[in-house]
Amino acid sequence: MNGNGRGLIELDDLRKVYDTGKTTVEALRSITLTVRENEFVSIMGPSGSGKSTLMNIIGCLDTASSGSYRLKGEEVSDLDRDRLAEIRNQRIGFIFQNFNLLPSLTAFENVELPLLFKGAPTRERRERTEHLLGQVGLADRMKHRPTELSGGQMQRVAIARALACDPDIILADEPTGNLDTTSGKDIIGLFEELHHAGRTLVVITHDQAIARRTKRIVHIQDGLITSDGPALQG
Amino acid sequence: MKLVLHLFRRATRIQVKRMVMTVMALTWGTISIVLLLAFGEGLQRNMARNQKGMGEGIVVVWPGESEKAFQGLPAGRRIRMRPEDVQYALENIPEIAAASGEMRQWGIQITYGRKSVNNRAFGVEPSYGDLRAHYPEAGGRFINAADMRERRRVLFIGNELRDELFGEGGEAVGKVVLLNRIPFTVIGVLKKKMQMGMYSGPDANRVTMPLTTFAALFGRTTLNNLVYKPADPARTEAVRKQFFAAMGKKLRFHPEDTRAFYLWDTVKTQGMMTNILFGIKVFLGVIGGLTLLIGGVGVANIMYAVVKQRTVEFGILMALGARRSAIMGPLILETLFLTALGGLFGIGIGAALVQLLGWLQGMAKSEAMQFLGKPTFSATLAIVTVAILGIIGFLAGYFPARRATSIQPAQVLRYE
Repeated sequence: MNGNGRGLIELDDLRKVYDTGKTTVEALRSITLTVRENEFVSIMGPSGSGKSTLMNIIGCLDTASSGSYRLKGEEVSDLDRDRLAEIRNQRIGFIFQNFNLLPSLTAFENVELPLLFKGAPTRERRERTEHLLGQVGLADRMKHRPTELSGGQMQRVAIARALACDPDIILADEPTGNLDTTSGKDIIGLFEELHHAGRTLVVITHDQAIARRTKRIVHIQDGLITSDGPALQG
Repeated sequence: MKLVLHLFRRATRIQVKRMVMTVMALTWGTISIVLLLAFGEGLQRNMARNQKGMGEGIVVVWPGESEKAFQGLPAGRRIRMRPEDVQYALENIPEIAAASGEMRQWGIQITYGRKSVNNRAFGVEPSYGDLRAHYPEAGGRFINAADMRERRRVLFIGNELRDELFGEGGEAVGKVVLLNRIPFTVIGVLKKKMQMGMYSGPDANRVTMPLTTFAALFGRTTLNNLVYKPADPARTEAVRKQFFAAMGKKLRFHPEDTRAFYLWDTVKTQGMMTNILFGIKVFLGVIGGLTLLIGGVGVANIMYAVVKQRTVEFGILMALGARRSAIMGPLILETLFLTALGGLFGIGIGAALVQLLGWLQGMAKSEAMQFLGKPTFSATLAIVTVAILGIIGFLAGYFPARRATSIQPAQVLRYE
């Protein structure tokens, strides 16, 4: 499956250096990577390998020190804050290990947030939010706050939120890391559905079982890609 | 903007207690600035009124000694002004609107019935009444032209002197008092006034009679001093030069002999006083402003704490595509809302206190309180306070908010 469609994410010689004053840490040394449309990629690596840094840069949550990052052909490494915010809002859906839902808001309000930032009208926001929460199987939990939901339910709210503005790409950083096995499987199942529906997904994980269910595995160590190839179909 | 309001509403649900504290700090600051400015305003108005107690825009002239030899006359000669010189000055200097000569005698015994006081007596012309703000109480009058012409033995007496002789507020007009055993009829009592500037003592405890009567009674031919008023207060300096020139010709001294007369130009000193008072007001305003600033720093502090506490939340919002304005807007709105609330309470309570103090002060009889004047709350004052509050509110929100959005979301989200 990998290889069809044009390059959605194109990273070329991407580097990230953290300068902590006395010492400098090279989190990413030279990353060149292309992800095409409708790919389902997992990124693996031990902790401290730089995979989260890579994910943050792809997700426009952080900027690279040097190198080029083109998203759907557009160079994003030199955009200003507001333009980056717009890209995060409408082109990228981010799913975190710890869900990052706002505890004071209901499931509905959490999913509605990106649409608020986009400036969607009230009616559209309501319809889209209800539709998405239905899609992740939480139609009956809309008025619940995150504390009233299970981990799996929270992550599904987060997935609905990531899909809110119909992004080009879904990024997930250890999405099952805080979940029990069953919930984790549900989430991966949901990812597979999204993949079949034509979405592009990049997932960070160190769980072999999950990685095997994606179509392509990229290994990272010490800020370098050590291997990149199709996953063994299990 | 709708988005900002939306997020603001959600954020304010959480922190009622903190908001109450902040609003109290701001209320306190606002009260202090309102009170200080109100006192400043009251002081200024009172001073302005008191200054008029001696007369408005007048110049007092005392004769001196010549410093330059002139027309064969030596230096160091005493200059003497005679009553007719006043008329001369009025005729020759059109820019002088009014003038009066003044004679004075200390240690006069004034007796009514069994009561007797020792004080000063003055001889002046009718124009002196307006010049030096000698306005009579109802039922009395000041010295007039007929009194002058006929050298009548009439007296215009100070209100405090009246209180001493006739009892407080006692009826004096028409009564006969003895002045060094010579009978005089009281024709008027000075209406109570606050007098700031004075020479030869306050007006409230002296007696005044026609200049002609005074001259005849004490056998005087020269004036102690002269009071004149320039038609245009802005031209006081030019009028002074004209006065020296004209009088120099008449009394034979060099027109530029600055020692020939000593002048007290109240226009000039009033201008200075106005500046000093403005300075005091600014000073009080600055103190009040600093107090308010402390309140503002409190707000900023709280907002920094809020920002820190909500760092992750802001990181999430940014990750979801919130622009800078979507995060800064609600924070700034929050501080503006808090300052507005604090300001509202502060101005309300402050204005009420000003009223109360004004009332208390009206009851108090002490001189110091009267000197301070009634604290006054004006529209300008309200505008100044609101402007300061607005600026503080905005800054107290802006900087913490800017800090909240100045980092990459990835840095924030790594926190946990």
